[in-house]
Amino acid sequence: MTIQAAELPQTGKSRSMTLPSARRLLLWTGLAVLLAWVLVPIYFVALGAFGGRLGVFRWPKTIWPTDLSLAAMTQFLAIEGVFNALVNSLIAAGLTVLFSVFLGAPAGYALARYSFRGQNVYRLLVLLTRAFPLAILALPLTVSFIRLGLYDTPFGVSLIHTVLALPFAVLVTQSLFMGIPREYEEAAWVFGCTRFQAFMKVVLPLALPGLAATAIFAFVISWNEVFAASILTVRERTLTAYLLRILAESPLHYRFAGGFILIIPSVLFIFAVRRYLFAVWGIASK
Amino acid sequence: MPARTSWIPYALIAPSVAFLAALFLMPLVQTIWLSFSAGDALSLENYRRMAGDLNFSLAVKNTFLLTLVVVPLQVVLALAMATMVTKLDKGRDLVLWVLTIPLGISDLAAGLAWLALLQNTGYLNSALYALGLIEGPTGWLSQETPWSLFFAIVLAELWRATAIVLVILIAGLQLIPKEFSEAAEIFGAKPWTRFTRITLPLLKPSLQSALILRTVLAFEVFAVVYALGGRNFPVLAGEAYVWQNDNQNYGIAAAYAVLIMAISLAATAVYLRVLRTRPEQLP
Repeated sequence: MTIQAAELPQTGKSRSMTLPSARRLLLWTGLAVLLAWVLVPIYFVALGAFGGRLGVFRWPKTIWPTDLSLAAMTQFLAIEGVFNALVNSLIAAGLTVLFSVFLGAPAGYALARYSFRGQNVYRLLVLLTRAFPLAILALPLTVSFIRLGLYDTPFGVSLIHTVLALPFAVLVTQSLFMGIPREYEEAAWVFGCTRFQAFMKVVLPLALPGLAATAIFAFVISWNEVFAASILTVRERTLTAYLLRILAESPLHYRFAGGFILIIPSVLFIFAVRRYLFAVWGIASK
Repeated sequence: MPARTSWIPYALIAPSVAFLAALFLMPLVQTIWLSFSAGDALSLENYRRMAGDLNFSLAVKNTFLLTLVVVPLQVVLALAMATMVTKLDKGRDLVLWVLTIPLGISDLAAGLAWLALLQNTGYLNSALYALGLIEGPTGWLSQETPWSLFFAIVLAELWRATAIVLVILIAGLQLIPKEFSEAAEIFGAKPWTRFTRITLPLLKPSLQSALILRTVLAFEVFAVVYALGGRNFPVLAGEAYVWQNDNQNYGIAAAYAVLIMAISLAATAVYLRVLRTRPEQLP
């Protein structure tokens, strides 16, 4: 399946004619409830993040923004360790992006363009990583990482996050390369390009948006991961690991500030990759 | 058609195979080994100590209860969402974007978002107070209120992880030819009949993937629980974390991890068997 085919088919006007207005009203009411269900908790954690100590303990609360100020957020960022954790999260996520794209895209290309002995075994290996709990992979790595000097580094965290992100990278890039006609490459060969040149000059420019989506997937997976990051770091914590560690002793408004910072990139990233979400899962569920 | 077999595809997958061997297969074997070793000898000592721990039976019970309640609800909710979204013609992209936002949200952040709603002086209590149902700030997330804490975790999990089921189901719905439903409509089938007789059976492969993925993740649930209830609601992955990080006992942590894996694999096997699709049933 190609990315294009995976996009939602646009229904024409005829469909809207067939739905009577009472049912349309019902449909939109249901949807409004669902949209509120998703958005309201995000709105409240944002209020908590910018409300500061005063806002958190105000009783009873109104649902309208009161006591909002940037001070609460800047105070949170000024706490020792928070900024460092933020930087560590960004480094770990950035490295995860690099690793999963550079390991996953070639494999996706191989699956899309060649049929070779063992490709089903390979596909199974990749999908298997999703069937095992992360705990079982992260625990022994503590010991190995200490021995290798990777413990308590964003680099070490990014390695385990790449295990999580790699299956997605392989699947997205596979569907991506399948959507680029093989003939384009063959034409480039005819004109004297080597396979590598043909890939770089013809396929890569067409694949760039999809590769960007792959990168964003990997970023979000690493950015959000809690368990492995908490186990593999002590001082150089990522933001999730830091927040988990201080959960018990930090005041509520700091927790909300942390939660809000975690949510923001996710919302933007999901918006950026929304076309590709369905392509990935259409293939993954076959 | 793909080209004839050459060395090129092997060279292309080799780096990722090497990577997965080092960071997936090896740790897998190591954890299993670690869980069965005490000192130098092979033994079940770690499992004995795990099962003897105060929190163990509670963690098992809680994790199963959470999975059994959350996963079916998620499938129902996602089916409802998917059905509504496919009926839309205007604004579908926007609606889908909003509904899939939680997909990108960390379980920790999801727990914190619901904490903002449900904490003692939070928005739920304010609403209840305004309605005259409670007299002042009330705690819902402590050890004394295990059922409301459980309910809060269910809500947060539903909020966070229904999106992934939704995405898988919508991807699956696109693969079902429109003609089947139209044909049934011509023969007089009502919408509900079309849904149960045509859509659901043809959606079985997607349902299977969604269930496998969600169940495996549900048995790993951890950060949502910690954000809302701290240690008040023990779950399996949380115990593994405590044994590893706070008690520094890697053997027992490994035993918990192997237990989670065994449960996940058993659940996967059940889904593969119960929801298998025979080739002649494919559209």
